[in-house]
Amino acid sequence: MNSSHPETRFRDPQIDMAHGAGGKASRRLVEGLIAPVLFGARPSYLGDAALVNLDGSTAVAITTDSFVVKPLRFHGGSIGELAVNGTVNDLAVAGARAEALVVSFVLEAGLPTPVLEAELRAMAQAAGRAGVAIVGGDTKVVEHGKADQMYVTTCGIGRPIGGITIAPSSVRPGDRVMISGPIGDHGITILLARGELDLEAELCSDTRSVLPLVEALARAAGPGIRWMRDPTRGGVATSLNELARDCGLAVHLNEESIPVRDTVRGACELLGLDPLHIANEGQFLAVVAPEYADAGLDALRQAPGGQEARMLGEIREQPAATVLITTRYGGSHVIDMLVGDPLPRIC
Amino acid sequence: MRYVDEFRDPEVISRTAEEIRRLADPARHYRIMEVCGGHTHAIYRFGLKDLLPENIELIHGPGCPVCVLPMGRIDDGLAMAEKTEVIFAAFGDMMRVPGTQGSPFDYKARGMDVRIVYSPADALKLAEQNPDRQVMFFAIGFETTAPSTALTLMRAKSLGVPNFSVFCNHVTIIPAIRAILDSPDMRIDAFIGPGHVSTVIGCRPYEWIARDQGRPIVVSGFEPLDLLQSIVMLLRQLQAGEARVENQYKRVVPWDGNRAALRAIAEVFELRPFFEWRGMGFISQSALRLRYPYAEWDAEARFSVPGVRVTDPKAAQCGEVLKGVLKPAQCKLFGAECTPEHPIGALMVSSEGSCAAYHNYEHRKLGDLQLPISD
Repeated sequence: MNSSHPETRFRDPQIDMAHGAGGKASRRLVEGLIAPVLFGARPSYLGDAALVNLDGSTAVAITTDSFVVKPLRFHGGSIGELAVNGTVNDLAVAGARAEALVVSFVLEAGLPTPVLEAELRAMAQAAGRAGVAIVGGDTKVVEHGKADQMYVTTCGIGRPIGGITIAPSSVRPGDRVMISGPIGDHGITILLARGELDLEAELCSDTRSVLPLVEALARAAGPGIRWMRDPTRGGVATSLNELARDCGLAVHLNEESIPVRDTVRGACELLGLDPLHIANEGQFLAVVAPEYADAGLDALRQAPGGQEARMLGEIREQPAATVLITTRYGGSHVIDMLVGDPLPRIC
Repeated sequence: MRYVDEFRDPEVISRTAEEIRRLADPARHYRIMEVCGGHTHAIYRFGLKDLLPENIELIHGPGCPVCVLPMGRIDDGLAMAEKTEVIFAAFGDMMRVPGTQGSPFDYKARGMDVRIVYSPADALKLAEQNPDRQVMFFAIGFETTAPSTALTLMRAKSLGVPNFSVFCNHVTIIPAIRAILDSPDMRIDAFIGPGHVSTVIGCRPYEWIARDQGRPIVVSGFEPLDLLQSIVMLLRQLQAGEARVENQYKRVVPWDGNRAALRAIAEVFELRPFFEWRGMGFISQSALRLRYPYAEWDAEARFSVPGVRVTDPKAAQCGEVLKGVLKPAQCKLFGAECTPEHPIGALMVSSEGSCAAYHNYEHRKLGDLQLPISD
């Protein structure tokens, strides 16, 4: 491949909302256009954070994430809190402890100062809770109408947690898949907070730092951890499909084991959505070698905030590169990545 | 969750599946059509096919309103909405359905004002909130959604909202079932009748299917137990050589339908002489249009409609799949050119279409196909 003009495979004529939804279209954009042009060649694995070796020995993990959530505040969190936790979590599931963040704001002219101040305070608090320092940043203001109130971008560096190697290529048949808690809380909270649906529910976003849980898992099962991911946009289904494609194996889920709150399940039933496709901001998935799996799950459950962790299923050889779910009646079906945004079905 | 969990009880479901195996005559092959796209979706989502014996074949019917809408109508709707003063409002179901120049989402990305609404009443509210704009509601659906469109139009008329209109694409289920039964290559033994449509029209409109065509039909709910129980009821009729209309979904469907909803439909709509269905061609008296007293709110009267007819791509074998002659994966385009992300044929456009349901839930299950990410 010619490194100055790498081959791109992205054929969509324009960028659509689906390219930002975290599902198939997002992956096509990253793998077919962004990665070939910026990284020269197609990297074998696109993780949540990159490991960079400084002077040959010191490895640091680095990641970045942008936040454009609407509304800015919702039950259980706000854009500022998400911006800190999201980046801390991307580092955590890459096996690293966040050390420092820098933050950039794009602000729309006319944004009331108290709104900005509230988000800054939310960020400071979240950083304090996650034990990470915010060490720098940048601010841009655009004309009224050229942005929607405020966008936040965070970039974080972290130090690898000793003894963990995250690589889809290390996943083997027989490995177990676990999740740190109930799914779909964040996505459904946001959907309801937009106020377009006449639905109300007692539900909070799950936004939080998952670092303490990752560390608890690492202490109990460090050498057995093969892969981790925080299932944000596109939900658990999309993260596990990425894993299945990256490792070429099958992820078998047990429907009965998937933790979903009744409110989330009810909202999904009404709207024709699948909780497996709904975004989370405070959970992570892990694939752990079978001999470490029970100890790992116990450690997660004993850690604060990990009581609802569950074993979801296991890795098998077939069907290759596919996520399959066994329903509670013994039937089974494929779980695909999200296509575009989750849209409520009416008719 | 009430009204859900009791119909998903694994033990009762496994007993019902056992009864189906006991009732099914191994010497016979049963071809049962579920008319409604909601049923198709549920069958795949709950993995119900795995619970049925091999000689019970489920054929997916035409009851997905998004799937059967011809591309020309989508083009018409989008063309009307291209004027700057127009807000195009539709259900989420419509947003990814492609016209010749792209889907409503594609138009939105190019700057058209496209809004997702959750009911026609929300579209009317949008018109009241934007008095200097024209709000056009792209109405789709069978008799299930027609009453809410009708009530919204009655309200628009009584309030005199001048900047609201409806592009009516409501269709009716009975002519579609008749077209399938009249088709020479039709081979169906019994029907699982649509649940949501029947909450409005009731069970009587199906009586001719049993009486004149000798096919049993059971109106069914959407939970796994509903569907399995409906299959039990159909097998009992078939074994006894009977053909009757039965109502499994009694908790929701009244035998005579919902009279208030039917009155609203009759007040606002009349039958079109004929209407084009994707994959099935023109079917007479199969769709609704606004009556004369509502002409002021009829988008087809307010705006100029190009009315261009677009033929489906020849390679897409939607018609054969719709009639149960072909399975989704037997179509030449399935999974390669035609995917849920880039649908070409009718049945791939909505998650309730049989090809999309098969693609999302069943395809790859056997590990026999590897799709590139660039599909």
